[in-house]
Amino acid sequence: MSSIGQPASAPAIAVEAISKTFGSLRAVDAVSFSVAKGEIFGLLGPNGAGKSTLIRMLTTLIEPTSGTARVGGFDIRQSPNQVRLAIGVIPQNMTSDPDLTCIENLAIHARLYAMPRAQRYKVSAELLETVGLADRAHAMARTLSGGMRRRLEIARGLVHAPDIMFLDEPTTGLDPVSRFSVWEMITHLRERRGLTMFLTTHYMDEADRLCDRIGIVDNGKIVALDSPTALKTAVPGASRIEVQFAPDLAGGAADLEALPMVKQVRVAAAGIYRISSDSGPATAEALVDLARRQNLGLTSLNVQTTSLDDVFIHFTGHGLEGAKA
Amino acid sequence: MKLTRALAIVERDLRKFRRSPSLIMVSLVLPLVQLIILGNAFGGNIRNATLGVVNLDNGPAAVTVIEKLQAVYANARTFIPRDYADEGQAVAALRLGRLSAVLIIPAHYSRDVLTRHRPRLALITDNTDRTTAGGVGATMSGLVQALNAPQVPSRDPGAIQLQTVEVYPYISYMKYLLPGSVTLAIFITAMIGGGILYIDDKSRGLHEGYLVTPITKWELILGFNLAGVIKGMMAGAVTLVAGSMIAGVPNFFAPLRLGGLLVVTAFTATALIGMMFFLMARISDPLVPRAIFGVLNTLLFFPSGAVYPITGFPRWLRLISVVDPFTYAVHAYRSLLLKQSGLAAVTTDLWVLALTSALMLLGATAMFKRTL
Repeated sequence: MSSIGQPASAPAIAVEAISKTFGSLRAVDAVSFSVAKGEIFGLLGPNGAGKSTLIRMLTTLIEPTSGTARVGGFDIRQSPNQVRLAIGVIPQNMTSDPDLTCIENLAIHARLYAMPRAQRYKVSAELLETVGLADRAHAMARTLSGGMRRRLEIARGLVHAPDIMFLDEPTTGLDPVSRFSVWEMITHLRERRGLTMFLTTHYMDEADRLCDRIGIVDNGKIVALDSPTALKTAVPGASRIEVQFAPDLAGGAADLEALPMVKQVRVAAAGIYRISSDSGPATAEALVDLARRQNLGLTSLNVQTTSLDDVFIHFTGHGLEGAKA
Repeated sequence: MKLTRALAIVERDLRKFRRSPSLIMVSLVLPLVQLIILGNAFGGNIRNATLGVVNLDNGPAAVTVIEKLQAVYANARTFIPRDYADEGQAVAALRLGRLSAVLIIPAHYSRDVLTRHRPRLALITDNTDRTTAGGVGATMSGLVQALNAPQVPSRDPGAIQLQTVEVYPYISYMKYLLPGSVTLAIFITAMIGGGILYIDDKSRGLHEGYLVTPITKWELILGFNLAGVIKGMMAGAVTLVAGSMIAGVPNFFAPLRLGGLLVVTAFTATALIGMMFFLMARISDPLVPRAIFGVLNTLLFFPSGAVYPITGFPRWLRLISVVDPFTYAVHAYRSLLLKQSGLAAVTTDLWVLALTSALMLLGATAMFKRTL
């Protein structure tokens, strides 16, 4: 059972050894963690890792096989309707009705929360304004672009002013401009409304940009959980450097291992080396100096800081593509 | 339970229904087209069948037969007589489909008539078409009966005569078919609105959108069924009015009758929507409702007595009609539309439809899952 990264304050979400089994497949395996109020928490993992199953259990869409969770202070097994009142959900599928207008989608959704008629149309109009769809209020949802439709989904999730928002892969299938617009909206909502946001994604940059903390999921388990910065720090060598000499170094990899701040050296091909370093700029300077001293040409020099891709590989032993589908 | 949450589902469904002209067209137009086409195609008298006549006698009695045939041709036009010189040619034409039947007046027919020596006429029919063969046969039987009738009617007071009195004004086949068409309109609305579109929405993930809200299982079931019943009643009402106009149902707008029809429509819609919801409760593949549409239509519509009387069915088919809710809806509509009887005549039908609704909704509730 994983039990990592417990926040000190009373959590908005507290997951306790939750599991879900489909036949012989253990989709979520005794996962425990908690999310603080006002935090943006991300679950990062490849397709099939168990992210959607976990979010569906937390949003009461499926029942856990064992374990439980408290969301907004309510147990998902014992008080599912209280949980539903406390949360807004943006599912992975577009669940707004394509044959209804934007405002109808929101107003009917508000009616599901027993909101009085006058209030539900007022709130719906305000939310369309918030998500930048006021001018499309009477357009059918099917006429919206993917990004607009996702913003409509977000507005729908906010219709009853929840404290916690669940977003299941909110930018999957969107073009870069629409993705950026959704990211801005998520950040804006947290800043303006103080919402706790729980999102799943398989985009490293999305998790890195949006989340205060990230849980890395692999094969139904959380294998690492911390802030993006802390996760990156946990990977040996803060920088990745790829360098090519022509001709090759006289001493090969041994010449590089002797340089300051270098943690690890791998030979990619003849004359090409991949170096992990605690300081990219310092090692790059030393590499230039080494080439000058040995009278070698420096054909290429590429310095990168550690990314979440490196973090994912470090903790799971494989990249997103290499994971079980 | 909060009614407004169930009404949110109703509102959503009705807004979508209003914006689906194709659904409205299919629900309303198909039963009306069927009523017009089948109503005119079936149940009419046979006319203009071709009858080959082989007259091998040419005597006075044969001439009388020919005159009677010409009289039928001039009046009822059941058949058009065509002369053939010999039996072989006529039968060959029958087999080629150029004739519907062949009448042979044998040689010595007139002599046999005069000598009362068992005179015979032969009618050869194409029994691959039983309806035409039956129509021509019935007309020829009447013709022969007329030939046998005494010149002076019998004055024997002991002779038994049968007088048939029809209780209701003439009922055309289209009127007979109308109750089935109205029930079919409700069924199609239930099948498309409550079956196909429901599963399509489910497979597209739209249901997930309201499963994350506080709506309860009961409110969801009430919402889905209420929306279906309203749509079914609208389809039934429009088909009733339009169908009654087309078929010429007399005195259709009598308030009492309209009230009765409204009650039957509500009970029928509730039973058929309940049945559909029960069948679809656990289905998520959108192909399934499409695949079973035709089967259900055949299984429910035809055994109900909508197109042919149940008394003509074999025993196993009569058993299906007993458990078929269509049967009771058709019977109730027929009682109110054609017999102008009050609700008292359809009490059993209403009880059966109510029982069907209750059983189906109970089953659907047990099967329906509030989670994904």
